[in-house]
Amino acid sequence: MRFTRHRGGVRAEIEAVEAQVLTQLANEILGIVEPAHDDMEDPLAAMVGLPSGDVATPEDPVLMRLLPDAYRDDDGAASDFRRYTDADLRATKRGHATVLLETLPEGGGQLKLDRDQADAWLGALNDMRLALGTSMGVTEETDPDDYDEEHPARQALEVYGWLGWLQESLLSCLDPRLGS
Amino acid sequence: MTAPAEVQRPETEEVVDRPWVTIVWNDPVNLMTYVTHVLMELFGYSRDKATELMLQVHHEGRAVVSNGSREQMEADVARCHAKGLWATLSHDS
Repeated sequence: MRFTRHRGGVRAEIEAVEAQVLTQLANEILGIVEPAHDDMEDPLAAMVGLPSGDVATPEDPVLMRLLPDAYRDDDGAASDFRRYTDADLRATKRGHATVLLETLPEGGGQLKLDRDQADAWLGALNDMRLALGTSMGVTEETDPDDYDEEHPARQALEVYGWLGWLQESLLSCLDPRLGS
Repeated sequence: MTAPAEVQRPETEEVVDRPWVTIVWNDPVNLMTYVTHVLMELFGYSRDKATELMLQVHHEGRAVVSNGSREQMEADVARCHAKGLWATLSHDS
């Protein structure tokens, strides 16, 4: 599977196993990034469309990487920022994963994406890599060849590497400026 | 035109005048080409400028990618987070 430019968007031929892996990972993202808690108990907040309560800082490192703090040394400001942006950020990430699931041909086949869908795919692939990379604790030196063929981390790292390759392929179609 | 009335200047004026900055931090996951692409898309940088900033993030661990009012920087940080970049805002550079 690799992306090629097609009528302002992109297209790719997807194998069944690739579709299966992408479906699983997109569903994992939807499982990790749950919808924002719809708290409309405070009538004033509901009236002006603002969240009424504090939004908890994630304890899970993967979720924390997907929804990071905006302030490094100011917990109060970070909490305020989260209160006003958390719902939108969650909706954006869920939206990207949902577009991927909706456009992915089940069982593999021809994938055609318009520009907006392709941008959503780019974001979804990046979120998958962030989630997978963070959960495996990858560093810039991580190399699948450091593990035996049978090692469980090996397969995960190969999927991670494949996602990166796929993202590069999509990027080169979407942004010709990146070519040398 | 009327001359402005003499008002007591707030003591925090110096702090208010100092710009806020958006900082992008290095992480081992995001692809270098992806970071360059996002910096061009979000901030309208040329490929050369975006590449320079991306390399600064990669080699020095962080780079200031924009500066302005606190509100503008909060908006920039939110846009970076939507793209998966690890960004914070701060009052120092």
